[in-house]
This record gives sequence, structure tokens and C-alpha cells, in this order.
Amino acid sequence: MAGDKEILNKIRSVKNMQKITSAMEMVAASKIKKAQDQMNASVPYAERIRRVISHLGAANPDYKHPFLNEREINRVGIIVIATDRGLCGGLNVNLFKKVISEIATYQKENIDVDLVLIGAKAVQFFKRLGGNVLATATHFGDQPKVNDLIGAIKIMLDSYNDEKIDKLLIAHNEFVSTMSQKPEIKTLLPVGILDENGDSLQSHWDYIYEPDAIDLLDGVLMRYIESQVYRGATENFACEMAAKMVAMKSATDNAGDIIDKLQLVYNKARQASITQEISEIVGGAAAVSE
Amino acid sequence: MATIKIDIVSAEGEIHSGNASMIYAPAQMGEVGIAPRHAPLLTSLKPGEVRVEDEEGKEHFFYITGGMLEVQPHIVTVLADTAVRGDELDEAAAESAKKQAEEALEGASDETDIKRAQAELAEANARYHAAQKLKGIKQ
Repeated sequence: MAGDKEILNKIRSVKNMQKITSAMEMVAASKIKKAQDQMNASVPYAERIRRVISHLGAANPDYKHPFLNEREINRVGIIVIATDRGLCGGLNVNLFKKVISEIATYQKENIDVDLVLIGAKAVQFFKRLGGNVLATATHFGDQPKVNDLIGAIKIMLDSYNDEKIDKLLIAHNEFVSTMSQKPEIKTLLPVGILDENGDSLQSHWDYIYEPDAIDLLDGVLMRYIESQVYRGATENFACEMAAKMVAMKSATDNAGDIIDKLQLVYNKARQASITQEISEIVGGAAAVSE
Repeated sequence: MATIKIDIVSAEGEIHSGNASMIYAPAQMGEVGIAPRHAPLLTSLKPGEVRVEDEEGKEHFFYITGGMLEVQPHIVTVLADTAVRGDELDEAAAESAKKQAEEALEGASDETDIKRAQAELAEANARYHAAQKLKGIKQ
């Protein structure tokens, strides 16, 4: 029967797809752990820098770095971190939804938004839908590097320094667990008041600075922001792998369901053709013996 | 012998952690040697070598591309950069990020089409959830 062959072909092609999705699932699963480690590896650095900043702030009350000052908001910058590749469920869509509603709220107040996009999917999305994009950074492979992000971050920091933007936000997915990721928008600049309570020594001592405190504060703050963006990128990568694993697992399961169904259809068709043949033979034999 | 704790960290991970009897680092104004109970100090570092002498007199070498050195009474922290930094290099990186954006987004409008974006996202979301639900029913 002609239908048989078609069904068999279909089954074979679904099986091939299933092989691919299950391989992708396994690859993603093996990468999650590494991505998580990488995400956590940036924590001690950021904590250390926070301590230094809070101390510098406390020791130099007269000098107010622009990064620490709140000012009236006329324009906002958002760094959007999405994935480079697709096939990760609703991960990017959820993030973009949150970003778009944030942009909409600012536009209602007549505040314009500048964007820096990280990840090819973000570039694709805003290319279609427009947006004032200052810089992009894409294609990091399996390990985002600080080096890849410096340029894009510098553009935002420069426009903050030149008062082109008055607030800097970062949007990325937060890794809650392997099964759950949450889009999150956080404020990077101005840096909130960094109070480190419990450090009673703070008011009694000060560093010796080389060359001088203000230059150092500049450098430290810049590195702090970079480390935050880097953390966002690594966290988003861990989210991507987790979401991809879940999405590919369900794709593999779905492929299995389809194969089962097709197999049933195939069996029925084969059974029908056998039944028909037998009844033809029996009918023929009966006609002959009469 | 007096020792001081030393942590060398970078944004991409912890590089070294342990006790030391002496630490040498390439500070901006010249190499500094830090002994235990050094006064609190904060300085930027040039690319170069950080040498750590541990309690047993063994020396550890770390090459860093720059960063910050923080000395506190009981702990020394080296905040190492992961990339070679410099105003010109940073400027070049910024320039290339900008160029990349211009190339990638050629022809796109400056205004975000919020209504269209919301509609498209809602649709994508609905499709995703419908697929999820469909799967739930099947099982």
C-alpha cells in the first residue's frame, strides 16, 4: 500500500529530529553546571569591590562621584542581555516583554530610552521593532568574557558621564532554579548607597592612596559596573542552558508521542491491507470451489 | 612568623587564596612590597607580576594585566583585571561595539514600536503557553 511507505518515512524523519533534540538536551544539561560555576565565580570580586567603594565613599564625604549621585531623569539607558541562540522556550520573550513594558512606562512620562544590546536575539528583536541602540555585543560562545563586554559598557558609562542618560538599568534573566528563570530589571547607576553595617572600624581609618583617591574611585566604580554586567551575562547564559534543557526535553517527549501515534497508524494500515488480502483470497477460493 | 591573608580575585573567578609572609605587586607608582601589618593602602596596579611568599618561604607568581590592590590590617586583596586595559584600548572597544550596532541594525527605526512589540510578544507567549497546555492534555 502506498500509505505505508509514507508513514514509515515520516516516522524515520521524526526519529531523526528526536535524536537531535535529545542530543541538545544532554549538551545543555552538561553545560548548566559549568555556567552556574562561572556565574558564582564573579561573586567574591563584586563583593570586594563593593566594600572598597563603600569605604571610599565613607572616607571622602566631600567628593561625590557622578555615579553615586541621583539626578533628575530625562533619559534612561538599558542594557538588555538576551541569548545568542534560540530554542530556549519562552526565555527571551519573557525578558523582552518586561523590557518593553518598562520602555512604555518611561515613554508615557516623555523619557526616552537608549539601549545597549547583548546577545544576537536581542539585536534581532530590536532590529525589527526599532529602538535607539547605542551598541551591541554578540556571539560569546560558551563563556562570556569581560573583554567582550567592555566596549558596550563603556558607551553607556560615557553617556552617563556626559549626562546624556541619567539612569542606567540592566535587564537579564535571573537563575532561580533549573526549572525556573525570572526576567529581572535592576538599576546599575546611580549606584545605591552602599552601607556596610557592622564594620565599626570604618570611621576610624582610611587608606593610603596611590596616586589619589578620586582616580581610584573612578577605576573602582567602572570595574564594579563591569562586574555587574558580566555577572548578568553569565547568569543569563546559565538561564539559557537551563531553559534549553527543559525545552529540548519536552521536544524529545513530544517527538516520542508523535512516533507512537504514527506507529499506531502504520500498524492499522498494515493490518487493514492484510485483512483485505485474506478476504480477497478467501473470496476467490470460495468462488473457485463453487 | 607573622602572616597575612592574600586573595587574588578577578571578575571571572578566584585566582589564589592563602597566607603569605610577603607580597610584591606592580603598583602604579612603582613596585610595592607588603608585609604583614602594613598600613591600609589602596592603589591601582600596572600589568606585571604579583609575587606571593607563603609561610614556608615558597614563592608563587601570578601575572596580572592590571587591577587594584587593597591592603587591610589582616587581608590583602588583588582585584585583577581580566583584560589589558588602557584608555585607548577601551575607546577602541567602545568604538567597535558602536560600529557593530550600526551594522547590525541598519535600516531599523530609532523609535521602539511599543504597540507592535507588545502584540508580537503576547502572541509568542500565547503560542508558547498553548503548546505547553496541549502537552498537558495529551499526557
